[in-house]
Amino acid sequence: MSTRSARVLPGFSLSLGVTLLFVSLILLLPMTSLIGQLSTLSWSQYWAAITDPRLIASYKVTLLAALAASLFNALFGLLMAWVLARYTFPGKRILDALMDLPFALPTAVAGITLATLYSRNGAVGSLLDPLGIEVAYTWLGIALAMAFTSVPFVVRTVQPVLEDLPAQADEAALTLGASNLYAFRRVILPHIWPAVVTGTGLSFARSLGEFGAVIFIAGNMPYRTEVVSLMMATRLEEYDYAGAAAIASLVMLVSLLLLLAINLWQGRFYRRLHGGRH
Amino acid sequence: MKRIGDGTGTRLGLITLAVILTTLFLVIPLAGIFYQAFAEGLAPFWQNLTSNFTREAIGLTLLIALMTVPVNLIFGIFLAWLVTRFTFPGRRILQTLIDIPFAVSPVVAGLLYLLLYGRTGWLGSILSEQDVQLMFAWPGMVLVTIFVTCPFVARELIPLMQAQGSAEEEAGVTLGASGWMLFRRITLPNIRWALVYGVILTNARAIGEFGAVSVVSGSIRGETINLPLQVELLYQDYNTVGAFTSAALLAALAIVTLMIKALLEWHTHRREKTA
Amino acid sequence: MSISVTGVSRRFGNTTALHPLSLEIAKGEMVGLLGPSGSGKTTLLRIIAGLETPNSGSIHFGDRDVTHVHVRKRRVGFVFQHYALFRHMSVFENVAFGLRARPSSERLSNAEIHDRVHHLLERVRLEALAKRLPAQLSGGQQQRVALARALAVEPEVLLLDEPFGALDAKVRLELRRWLRHLHEEFNFTSVFVTHDQEEALELSDRVVVMSNGRIEQIDTPQTLYRAPANRFVFSFLGETNRFAGEYREGRLHRDQAWIQLDKAGAPTSEVLLRPHELILTTAPDARAHLPVTVDAVSPVGSDVRIELTADWMDTPWLASITHHDFDRLRPERGGAFFVIPARWHQFAPENA
Repeated sequence: MSTRSARVLPGFSLSLGVTLLFVSLILLLPMTSLIGQLSTLSWSQYWAAITDPRLIASYKVTLLAALAASLFNALFGLLMAWVLARYTFPGKRILDALMDLPFALPTAVAGITLATLYSRNGAVGSLLDPLGIEVAYTWLGIALAMAFTSVPFVVRTVQPVLEDLPAQADEAALTLGASNLYAFRRVILPHIWPAVVTGTGLSFARSLGEFGAVIFIAGNMPYRTEVVSLMMATRLEEYDYAGAAAIASLVMLVSLLLLLAINLWQGRFYRRLHGGRH
Repeated sequence: MKRIGDGTGTRLGLITLAVILTTLFLVIPLAGIFYQAFAEGLAPFWQNLTSNFTREAIGLTLLIALMTVPVNLIFGIFLAWLVTRFTFPGRRILQTLIDIPFAVSPVVAGLLYLLLYGRTGWLGSILSEQDVQLMFAWPGMVLVTIFVTCPFVARELIPLMQAQGSAEEEAGVTLGASGWMLFRRITLPNIRWALVYGVILTNARAIGEFGAVSVVSGSIRGETINLPLQVELLYQDYNTVGAFTSAALLAALAIVTLMIKALLEWHTHRREKTA
Repeated sequence: MSISVTGVSRRFGNTTALHPLSLEIAKGEMVGLLGPSGSGKTTLLRIIAGLETPNSGSIHFGDRDVTHVHVRKRRVGFVFQHYALFRHMSVFENVAFGLRARPSSERLSNAEIHDRVHHLLERVRLEALAKRLPAQLSGGQQQRVALARALAVEPEVLLLDEPFGALDAKVRLELRRWLRHLHEEFNFTSVFVTHDQEEALELSDRVVVMSNGRIEQIDTPQTLYRAPANRFVFSFLGETNRFAGEYREGRLHRDQAWIQLDKAGAPTSEVLLRPHELILTTAPDARAHLPVTVDAVSPVGSDVRIELTADWMDTPWLASITHHDFDRLRPERGGAFFVIPARWHQFAPENA
């Protein structure tokens, strides 16, 4: 290889070797087994496996709940990022640290806690029940659990971008007479928009796959509150490996496409602002 | 300095809203864990905490973390070095591959391993002929945990090492430093806080992983039940205090994680300010 | 609109950025705030704009007390040091921003906004680039967009923070002239901040020289240059050569070198000389005995700059002589000459 002599720093072969070994064993090898399992299915079997009516009902529930959860997180995350990036106040550090709680707390712990709090006789559920709001064992509960576990995505992608926004952008808008709301909408929001979309997208992707936090509060009633992850787990418990693999292939495809879309969109957006001509 | 939204009314209103929502959404659940754990007093809590079942679950949880963290630490460093210090064909693909565990459902992760190493999997059937069983045993739980947590260290290191560039290491090479010396004396001091941070995240996830390990564990009491699985098992058995005892233990670990993270951030922030 | 600054001061924590100071700027005047970094010039400009609040004192625009008027209600045009263009908006939208930001009762129609923006873009010769994003423009073009944006709201006061600081020398010269024309055409009152004395002297009707949060001198460029109020102003306005020694009977001595001072003048231990005030000769005369050695010669520009050294100097001197003198004397590195001062300047010792 002609480029090899140009590599100044040592360790190329070693790090390439270690990385490829790891990636092959840990990431790629298990994926080959998925392809192997899928190849035992004919197209019609595959189609039947992923269009089972109970499964289709779970697609709907999962998508609806994940959409609601990520929209909530977009707003909540924007508020938290703004407050943490722009203001100083006593207790700010604690509030800041709390934002990471959903990532640090095991999902199963979050799951049983939310299920207990929001059950009809739980601390919060008993307050909501007289108002006619049922959370546990409904799609709302699923959305709540998804929202809880994916809180940090929007906050942590938007916060640094807001902190980087030069004070001069604010000042320019103010000297031109803009009101708070107008300046936020026309100057700040466009600047943080890619981060908001990225964070919301990641939150959505995570919510689609959420399992531990969801299954406790969902109640897992067929056709009503089953999520896709649970359907996979159920197939596995029934030793229907091919059926599980079929669902998994779809789930992986959707997550990867989502990830790819976020990356591509983000890349295009930044290129445009940093002087690329179109 | 004047900034958008720095009027007293706007400021106080937004801060109040943020505090109220965070309390409702995050603080009350966190407090609820401990409330439930101590609902019947200190004695049942202590009894649950010191039971054999819990002790075994703690043991397995620590074992998984102890095996996962070093593997992913070493891998993360090599990967970060590779993609930030060299250009080669396939670099972008490699970086995307690493994000897969981050994007897929943990159940899918468990499933991939079950399909490979289970009795029907091609590798699993070879291994079972040798009487080696990885699935429904602790080695399988370690493997899926490694899969699920492998992006964390690398994701912390790559942006930092990219931003720092390789000028310092190149200077080291011109001064005749060996590879190991280069890493130990130049690279490591620059990345150590990101490294600690990556380890903390890996560790937290390794301790708390539920979806992936539940698929490959088989729930064999005393053998393949770690703390999160124990939480589920006790909760399904209507042993609420027992479930929340283990949950409280995990929540306490989460709080420690958050405190270390906050300390690290404060530390690096202060260093940036004085620099 | 005239601007009155009365007794304005500003502290940041323990440091005092501005000591109480007052300044009157007449309607239609163009005033430069000149000083080194940390002199408080930018703070003063930002206080006039309403971006900072003074700890004491008041600001009036004409008869209107604007001290407590929020920046968004002050109606000033402000041009930021690094332009602060909204990078996700086209050139057109940047310029239109202030017009669109008005409350609906005062807002112009879209057609009027369109007309006004295009008229301004024509004025700044950027009409062809209206649809571009800021990142696709050169520094000079971005600067002109920033100016057009500030002018779109028809401010009576235009404030500029280091307006040409980030541009290269040639573009800078061109933009300066252009700003001066614009100022005369629109007849607003302008205040700009600069650390470049040439820029301040060329553009301003009057220059305010600042250091350490105080005003050192306010004067027209001509007066400022000819009659600097103190040593700081003198040395900040141009290159300075220093002769320090012992005063004996009308002469200032240092080792074997000396300068003959006015017999009537006050005794001093130091005189300052501008490079163009030095005459290079081959022999000393009654005015001075200053033997020097040529250290470097750079015949670039309208004058020839010559670096001089001698045992009696604290730091090397700089002389600038005409090409005519250069051809006559042919100074080369290592050549020995004498310096005769055509003029010198002496100031009361500084307290600082």
